[in-house]
Amino acid sequence: MMHFMLLFSRQGKLRLQKWFIAIGEREKKKIIREMTQSVLARQPKTCNFMDWKDLKIVYKRYASLYICCGMEDQDNELLTIEIMHRYVELLDKYFGNVCELDIIFNFEKAYFILDEFLMGGEVQETSKLSVSKCIEESDLMQETMEEYLSKPTF
Amino acid sequence: MPAVSKGDGMRGLAVFISDIRNCKSKEAEIKRINKELANIRSKFKGDKALDGYSKKKYVCKLLFIFLLGHDIDFGHMEAVNLLSSNRYTEKQIGYLFISVLVNSNSELIRLINNGIKNDLASRNPTFMNLALHCIANVGSREMAEAFTADIPKILVAGDTMDSVKQSAALCLLRLNRTSPDLVPMGEWTSRVVHLLNDQHLGVVTAATSLITTLAQKNPEEFKTSVSLAVSRLSRIVTSASTDLQDYTYYFVPAPWLSVKLLRLLQCYPPPEDGAVRGRLTECLETILNKAQEPPKSKKVQHSNAKNAVLFEAISLIIHHDSEPNLLVRACNQLGQFLQHRETNLRYLALESMCTLASSEFSHEAVKTHIETVINALKTERDVSVRQRAVDLLYAMCDRSNAQQIVAEMLNYLETADYSIREEIVLKVAILAEKYAVDYTWYVDTILNLIRIAGDYVSEEVWYRVIQIVINRDDVQGYSAKTVFEALQAPACHENLLKVGGYILGEFGNLIAGDPRSSPLIQFNLLHSKFHLCSVPTRALLLSTYIKFVNLFPEIKATIQDVLRSDSQLRNADVELQQRAVEYLRLSSIASTDILATVLEEMPPFPERESSILTKLKKKKGPGKVPDVEETKKERNSDMNGSTEPASVNSSAVTMSTPSTSTDLLGLGSAPVLNSVAPPSAGGSLLVDVFSDNSPAVASLAPSAEENFSSPRIGSTDVVSDDPAAAVHDADELVDKFVCKNNGVLFENQLMQIGLKSEFRQNLGRMYIFYGNKTSTQFQSFLTAVICQDALKTQLNIQTKQVDPAVDGGAQVQQILNIECVSDFVEAPILNIQFRYGGALQNMSVKLPVTLNKFFQPTEMTSQDFFQRWKQLAAPQQEVQKIFKAKHPMDTEVTKAKIIGFGVALLDMVDPNPSNFTGAGVIHTKNIQVGCLLRLEPNTQAQMYRLTLRTSRETVSQRLCELLSEQF
Repeated sequence: MMHFMLLFSRQGKLRLQKWFIAIGEREKKKIIREMTQSVLARQPKTCNFMDWKDLKIVYKRYASLYICCGMEDQDNELLTIEIMHRYVELLDKYFGNVCELDIIFNFEKAYFILDEFLMGGEVQETSKLSVSKCIEESDLMQETMEEYLSKPTF
Repeated sequence: MPAVSKGDGMRGLAVFISDIRNCKSKEAEIKRINKELANIRSKFKGDKALDGYSKKKYVCKLLFIFLLGHDIDFGHMEAVNLLSSNRYTEKQIGYLFISVLVNSNSELIRLINNGIKNDLASRNPTFMNLALHCIANVGSREMAEAFTADIPKILVAGDTMDSVKQSAALCLLRLNRTSPDLVPMGEWTSRVVHLLNDQHLGVVTAATSLITTLAQKNPEEFKTSVSLAVSRLSRIVTSASTDLQDYTYYFVPAPWLSVKLLRLLQCYPPPEDGAVRGRLTECLETILNKAQEPPKSKKVQHSNAKNAVLFEAISLIIHHDSEPNLLVRACNQLGQFLQHRETNLRYLALESMCTLASSEFSHEAVKTHIETVINALKTERDVSVRQRAVDLLYAMCDRSNAQQIVAEMLNYLETADYSIREEIVLKVAILAEKYAVDYTWYVDTILNLIRIAGDYVSEEVWYRVIQIVINRDDVQGYSAKTVFEALQAPACHENLLKVGGYILGEFGNLIAGDPRSSPLIQFNLLHSKFHLCSVPTRALLLSTYIKFVNLFPEIKATIQDVLRSDSQLRNADVELQQRAVEYLRLSSIASTDILATVLEEMPPFPERESSILTKLKKKKGPGKVPDVEETKKERNSDMNGSTEPASVNSSAVTMSTPSTSTDLLGLGSAPVLNSVAPPSAGGSLLVDVFSDNSPAVASLAPSAEENFSSPRIGSTDVVSDDPAAAVHDADELVDKFVCKNNGVLFENQLMQIGLKSEFRQNLGRMYIFYGNKTSTQFQSFLTAVICQDALKTQLNIQTKQVDPAVDGGAQVQQILNIECVSDFVEAPILNIQFRYGGALQNMSVKLPVTLNKFFQPTEMTSQDFFQRWKQLAAPQQEVQKIFKAKHPMDTEVTKAKIIGFGVALLDMVDPNPSNFTGAGVIHTKNIQVGCLLRLEPNTQAQMYRLTLRTSRETVSQRLCELLSEQF
């Protein structure tokens, strides 16, 4: 079971945090700090895994963004890499060639997409088609560009 | 503003995010955020009702601010309101906010649960999914209580949509993990198993996760899942890569589902049914075969997914540990990966091989890769991979290759990363001991360890070498010679000095014949390093010196001179000073015979499991260390094996500490005598010799001033391995604290609990200090304050959990905030649980929160006092007790106790000067109770009469009970 997933930039700025276990804010901040520091300190060409306390950290870099997952010991490491990849593919499909800015400005979308894909720290739906369909359906329930531009800015 | 917003973008939100991004400094950002927070707050507080869109936008802004790392203390209510919106996007944002920001003990839970309940009942799959996600995300107990009954129904109902089934399965899984006791097992379980046959692979994937978790806890109940899982797996691995449509991932059919099915099968032994077993073996062979086929794609995703399934299949093969053919094939496959250019695969192959090494079928096959693994240790650039290589070398080690592996590990240690040094040291120490053919090699290895990585050699390691040397007389002379030589180095590690000091003190005579290591030279060598050492080492060396007095009478005068010097006899450190004084006296008073008996060679240590192993296991957590002891039982000629029980006289057993890792050599806090004096002979004389120096020994007992009123309670009866809590019912504990707020509440061999408390009106704060007296970490340390029955409504106690790990020698603090709601009688109970050396410790102590703590003293004149005294004349308002004095009747002590009780001591009020009167007000949240008391001592009869008058019968009674126990 996945304990957490973090997305952060090369500068160590956190872009997304998803926790599948109940822990306090203080503890979360501590983990985030430790994760960003130790992942960013890794040399190139090293493997994507690290031991950290009881957990196995699996991370991967996508351009300027790092994704980092805390997994339990018996979880499958290689498949965790592919969980991250599938998530990036889902973001890609939704935003069309996703970049860090998409995630910054549409962070709520990034969370929704992740929720369709993972739940309770387990993979819920691996089919890209099904997940994308869900997201698109929910977008259909939303307003047009015209409505969008007429909204107040403050 | 960048045009990256999509879908229902919120313009105001995008502008705000832009603003934040444009902030040049942290200060500017905070300023902008504060401005926004003020704006949102005014909008939420404003008279105008907000429309759904604005509410959503502001809630989303708050969420963004929170995710930036700022605290958010409002907006929760608005988010909860969004749940009841009919617009999907508003509901969705509401749920997101709650998932991210609401912690499980929020008061809002009831409102949230209401929203969830409506959505679950809505029969709208999208809304149901949102609700289920929220339950899974928050996962609190209240939610579990509210929904565990409904979710199984949703999961197995015939008309539930597939996507909802998936959410329901994983939601149930989450609740089962957080509150397993609340998830009911029932007829739905068998129907869940049949979800493995579902048409929809997404449903099967989610259901498999759920079943795996449930099966780990109740394997019997889910046994039928084995054959279903095998047939499902078989259909997947034999399918063409296009059959499964979107569930094929880079040409690999349903890798997630395959891995989950393989995991599920790891909850069970190999299938008993021959047909199922055959089918499973076929599947595993197919997976192994596919690994040899050329890849269908060059993409890394393809190979990752394919190998993920392969590694999981190998895990299952190792778990079953029954098919030699498969095991050897697995080993060969991993062998190929050991040299793969992908670092990930090398890492995983090393890791997987580690478990393979413990199987008797494949142990030999794993050993053939030793050169590759050693090479990995030398050449891998990645510390994670090197660490796995160390693990594997450790796991594959046996008598045939121990010398080589230990040598390679020692080599590597010189350049190893600091982060893994300690672990390597432990491993080398264990292997060296385990596979020592002759013990000179063992001693050399450990001394090498200390030389190379002295800082990382823990106490356990050097304790162990001494145990072994003491227990084996064939190695004692060699050890003495070797440590003596090692000590010649101009700079040597303190740990070496400890080992050297101890060994020379015991066996220095074995090398004293050689003029190069004559007694005086030995002594001078040790003493030349004395002043550079820490206190514990110096203490140990002093013991060595007194041992020398016995071993080498010819240098007694030199040693006495050293002991007599001001730097010893007047050392600022109590322990050192005491040792110097005692040893000096011992050496001058005792006759040679007595000296020889007192300072006799240490008796052999009782055999026990190596504490190093315990430490390593603890360090790595269960399951990570292949247990050398377990897996290679056949070779049991190890030095600490059960084949040669040491002859230990019973008194020696009591001398050495009972647990494996505590202070073996009697340094630290144990009385000095323990390490030197055999308890059998010359006992009475020893008492005489040391009688004028006893305070240091006494200081180990809980300080005497803590128990002025009651006998100390025995401690052993409180700790029990029995998980059922043994509440320490005796009220002495509570009584002890009636008139004071600070002190030691409880103490046994493992821990000490200290208290400091302060009270003001109806509020109190108690600081509880838990001290770990051992050198071993307490794990899963958990405390709970329990208010039973009526007390629940009378006292309100809040606290935060302490850190679950308490390091050896460390002290942690917990703060209780106490509110007295109304008057009470019982004391709250403090329950403490933790793991110590594997055993669960459970103890309960009453917390000394007594009604009198909420006293505020009231000064009054004699006239006032008696006027009120008369007003409180109703029979139920007065409680009187006549009792015998339990302590000497000392006026000053009595006064102190009455003041400590919390009332004002009123002088010159009572016409009889030997009587005591006091007045105060008990503050509770609900009422205040005025209270007058009068204590009349009768010194001749050694009796007291205590009278209490308050406006409340229960208060009078309780206070009388409490105070009467104090005199």
